[in-house]
Amino acid sequence: MFASALPRRAGAGFKPEHFADILAEPQPVGFFEFHAENYMGAGGPPHAQLGRLREDYALSVHGVGLSIGSMQPLDRDHLARLRVLCDRYQPESFSEHLAWSTHDSVFLNDLLPLPYTEATLARVVEHVDQVQTVLGRQMLLENPATYLLFAESTIEETVFLAEIVQRTGCGLLLDVNNVFVAATNHNLDPHDYIARFPLAAVREIHLSGHSESVDDVGAPLLIDSHDTPVKDPVWALYQTVLDRIGPVASLIEWDNDVPAWPVLRAEAISAQKLLDAATRRRAA
Amino acid sequence: MSATFQSAFASGLFGTTPAPVGLAAWNTATPERRYGVYRNNVTASLTTALASRFPAAENIVGPDFFRAMARAFVAAHPPRSPVLLAYGDEFPDFVAAFAPARDLVYLPDVMRLEIARGQAYHAADIPPLDPTVLAAIDPARLGALVFTPHPTLSILSSPYPMVTIWAMNAGERPLVPIDDWRDEHALVARPHLAVEVTPLSPGGAVFFRRLTTGATLATAAESAMSEHSGFDLSDNLAVLLRSGAFTAINQDDSDENPNHA
Repeated sequence: MFASALPRRAGAGFKPEHFADILAEPQPVGFFEFHAENYMGAGGPPHAQLGRLREDYALSVHGVGLSIGSMQPLDRDHLARLRVLCDRYQPESFSEHLAWSTHDSVFLNDLLPLPYTEATLARVVEHVDQVQTVLGRQMLLENPATYLLFAESTIEETVFLAEIVQRTGCGLLLDVNNVFVAATNHNLDPHDYIARFPLAAVREIHLSGHSESVDDVGAPLLIDSHDTPVKDPVWALYQTVLDRIGPVASLIEWDNDVPAWPVLRAEAISAQKLLDAATRRRAA
Repeated sequence: MSATFQSAFASGLFGTTPAPVGLAAWNTATPERRYGVYRNNVTASLTTALASRFPAAENIVGPDFFRAMARAFVAAHPPRSPVLLAYGDEFPDFVAAFAPARDLVYLPDVMRLEIARGQAYHAADIPPLDPTVLAAIDPARLGALVFTPHPTLSILSSPYPMVTIWAMNAGERPLVPIDDWRDEHALVARPHLAVEVTPLSPGGAVFFRRLTTGATLATAAESAMSEHSGFDLSDNLAVLLRSGAFTAINQDDSDENPNHA
């Protein structure tokens, strides 16, 4: 099985509007990540762009529609499409979410939460096994940004993820912004969450922005909106993770109100500086 | 989580029913607002997907009207696939029956043109027919030629100035009053990287539609002429060569050798 192998550098989420700027000069990023579902047409400019990026950069395929947290079986057609995409681009990594997005035959286009129980754990493990078998590669599973809890949950999220890693051999994509968002939304200490997280399995980190709201009794409710620069407490949490595990592939995600390429690149450079410092500390 | 619960969680996402039971928060907050985040994400992300597929339609009606129309469509026709590149194929028909848009009689056809452009954008990459191949064919045999349509090809016809309205709202032409309000027809194809919209005459639309369904050049031209006496074959042959709408030619020998299919 092909192990996830992104360079331990900063990367950027690829947006087609940045293509010309990216090609204009060598960019200070180690990899680009793209959303799998946007590249499931047969041809055209999207594939022409990816093929060109592939020549110069490592690639990460990030799925947003497989619905691994569904209680119903995975969509075999969709899995086959992911296989075609991975075969075509031979990306250094494939990742998906601990969430569900399809129910019956309806695709809900959001990363919906699931309760953490023995039953849901067994189902997610089954699905991760199936994905890794079909793709012939290790996948990375991403921790979710959640707004709700479930009365029936009996397992902590960090334990749930550790069990999946243990049973499937998958790696983890640690979304530090999601940690901050979910911890705030559930009144937990994000540093405590990181301390409990199975960090040894982390092969990639996500960094992004969020927006701020409140729930109906006035408590902070953060939204994983991917429409701003990375916020200071998320950078601080990222630094904590790097202190614990050293440099790891780190992606800036910016999916809404997408800025000009230099702005996104500057975020990636900020992450790279922290990665460089972490590398120096390791060497010291 | 039981599958039943997942059903309850999913079914409330398009509506305004109370949040499903079994949800919790750390504080005394009711789940409504927190569940509402998911509810909002689902509809907002899908209406955004539609807006990116129908930018000219959004420009025609304005973002607020478009969002309202898209929200109604999303609730009635949620996507059935995680690949949203093709989501909204039924949207023009929905808009045609959408009472608040009733006066915009041309809008569904402009949206059909946007769908054809989107399909062409994502369809397979195949080199178009080399015009010199056609030029090298004995003119006496031209009539028996059959053309293989390019995977990106669509032919569209509207009783309204669909192409003009689309072009004005896609930034391709200045927005000015349309004096010549008449039917319009178009050939949409992407022979290389750029999607191209080529206006056709009414006879040209018949001609190309027949060619795409396997008629010989002679039969397609006869159909076009019989329906539209003004049909100009040489103009349309020029479009055929220039547009890259076909990938290959074959001789239909059935008249000479009926046993050779």
